[in-house]
Amino acid sequence: MAANSSVPRAVRDAGPSGWLAVPALVFFLVFAVVPLAGVVFLSFTSWDGLREIRLDGLGSWATVLTDPVTGNALLVTAKIMFFSFMVQAPVSLLLGVFTAGGQKYRAALAVLYFLPLLLSSAAVAIAFKALLDPNFGLGPGLQVPILIQDWLGNSDLVLFVVVFVIAWQFVPFHTLIYQGGVRQIPTSLYEAAEIDGAGRVRQFLNITLPQLKYTIITSSTLMVVGSLAYFDLIFVLTGGGPGYSTRLLPLHMYLTGFKANDMGAASALGVILIVIGLGLALLLQRLGGKNRNASQLEGA
Amino acid sequence: MKDQMKTRKLRTAVMAISAAALSVSLAACGSSGPAGSTSAGSGTATMWGLTGGNQPVLQKSVAAWNSAHADQSIKLDFFANDAYKTKVRTAVGAGEGPTFIYGWGGGVLKSYVDAGQVEDLSAFIKDNPEVKDRYLPSVLKNGEIDGKTYALPNNNVQPVVLYYNKEVFDKVGAEAPKTWDDMIALVPKFKEAGIAPFSLGGQSKWPDLMWLEYLVERIGGPEVFANIAANKPNAWSDPAVSQALTKIQELVDAGGFVNGFSSIAADSNADQALLYTGKAAMVLQGGWIYQGMKKDAADFVSSGKLGFTTFPTVAGGKGDPANVVGNPSNFWSISAMATDEQKKAALNYVKDGMFTDTDTDALISSGAVPVVNGIENKLAASPDKDFLTFVYGLAKEAPSFTLSWDQALSPAQGDAMLSNLDQIFLKKITPEQFVSTMNATIGK
Repeated sequence: MAANSSVPRAVRDAGPSGWLAVPALVFFLVFAVVPLAGVVFLSFTSWDGLREIRLDGLGSWATVLTDPVTGNALLVTAKIMFFSFMVQAPVSLLLGVFTAGGQKYRAALAVLYFLPLLLSSAAVAIAFKALLDPNFGLGPGLQVPILIQDWLGNSDLVLFVVVFVIAWQFVPFHTLIYQGGVRQIPTSLYEAAEIDGAGRVRQFLNITLPQLKYTIITSSTLMVVGSLAYFDLIFVLTGGGPGYSTRLLPLHMYLTGFKANDMGAASALGVILIVIGLGLALLLQRLGGKNRNASQLEGA
Repeated sequence: MKDQMKTRKLRTAVMAISAAALSVSLAACGSSGPAGSTSAGSGTATMWGLTGGNQPVLQKSVAAWNSAHADQSIKLDFFANDAYKTKVRTAVGAGEGPTFIYGWGGGVLKSYVDAGQVEDLSAFIKDNPEVKDRYLPSVLKNGEIDGKTYALPNNNVQPVVLYYNKEVFDKVGAEAPKTWDDMIALVPKFKEAGIAPFSLGGQSKWPDLMWLEYLVERIGGPEVFANIAANKPNAWSDPAVSQALTKIQELVDAGGFVNGFSSIAADSNADQALLYTGKAAMVLQGGWIYQGMKKDAADFVSSGKLGFTTFPTVAGGKGDPANVVGNPSNFWSISAMATDEQKKAALNYVKDGMFTDTDTDALISSGAVPVVNGIENKLAASPDKDFLTFVYGLAKEAPSFTLSWDQALSPAQGDAMLSNLDQIFLKKITPEQFVSTMNATIGK
């Protein structure tokens, strides 16, 4: 465009036209803001999904906040969040660093590690449900005593089984993030460290980890906030049971809304879920420090 | 300078137009969902059925109708049981439901009637007495709300029966239990032989309910649940309920149910697989699993190794031993939101396309008892005649046929009941806690 070269400086510095953001904004409005407002509104009503929506003041909130199942769902969510993070973060960090190396065998292993990424949550859940079946599963089939457990029917065990299956599915994704992060670190840093006599462990602790700070924050945010959205996998694997042992908040919201048909209470649970999710995301961003534009790279 | 202004304006306009186009096409995506009743053309009636034993029967019936009535065709889709229950309610609430709404009668049907979502069929069956006359009257009654007919039976009678594996019974030298005490006495016998006494699909929760339904029925008679369904205050406090719950927990304590029952899903037929593989001796389940086992374990069924009997009596119980619980049938309701053309096609199908001789024969050969009169000879001629005549007799002779409680109650009550009953089987709550929690749901 010939005209562009003579555009005044002020116009050029303004960057691309604001109109470019319109499609994204429309998406955001239609699929995020409008439903969000709808959920907040519905939380102050009583609605069974069929009849007319009746305003109900704080009735749904009272139901939700006095129901012991809500407290239990919050506890289960917090437990799954904590254990998921404790398992996934170190494993995917180490795997990411490992697969970032250029060796052929590492590339081959990386391909294997990433396989679970290709599977849908429902497929993963169905496969594990079959493998862990107390009568027809892997343990009874192979007659391995240690594997013959009531994996999904024992209230004390089931939470850890769920955490394991979630990790199995999501570790590859975070490994990929860390792999990318590690490959961004300039090799000159490691060369310099080697000259100074730093060993492998020193290099990992003093170069790799600090350089990965923002990758760690990104991955952790996705892990923690993402664990508020675990639904499909657990719904298919355990249905929230046995009892309420794995009925975490999103599942509790779904079952309240679509099984008990109490849309008002389900919306109140949805609002709680949103508030917790936003709070956690903000908190994690804060932990990253205010000066987020500072460069991580050498000499800058 | 003027040129530049023009270019900028032009660029702005193009952006605005493409943004608008984008959002319009988005909106279009939203409204042309695949299964909406409006998108199939206003003349084509839509029908949602359930996957499982009756799926091929319904498929053939509708296909035959469509080839003979191209101008009143029906578009048929199938869904799995649990997924269907969620989907249809959401769709009906959004005015996007199918013309034919598949249901069970009871509290869910009542909620559709209260919301004005289903057609009153009273006039239709008055004008077409042959439709009314083809059904067993006791079954037809389940489609009525306040004396008006809103749903018509569409398949087979499904009482809950006690199935057992004759082979493992012979192995331990046991006989089919006649009383609750017989049943309890069988538990250690089977456990010694390394066989689980009872299979149970506890993760699905509704199979748990069959135990409560029959125990309450045998101990207290049909009035106990009739009071609960009528929303009488403290109806759950009837001693029959807590006695039944106590008996269930005794059976759990005795190790009556298969290992890991709380992670077994009935929707994947894992509970019946335990029975025909001989890992479990008995299972309390609906009449429909006979169709499933006939398909999945044909040899087991045809060689006569599958036994079936009524639920045992309980000493001192008030209930008539001939009473049954379960599903009298499934039903079609016609959506009030359908177009006139759709409604007309739907009613014509109900009148002339349903329960044709071909349909009835197909149901019988799948191992099911159609809910129509005058089929005794056909049942007696079937290779499955033992089971079919047993079920037909059971349904026909029963002084009382109580609808499955989760369907009879409102959805909110039904869901609370299943969750709390699950807790009873897991021994997380006591019968007293169950009763007081459920009393609080009365009227909801």
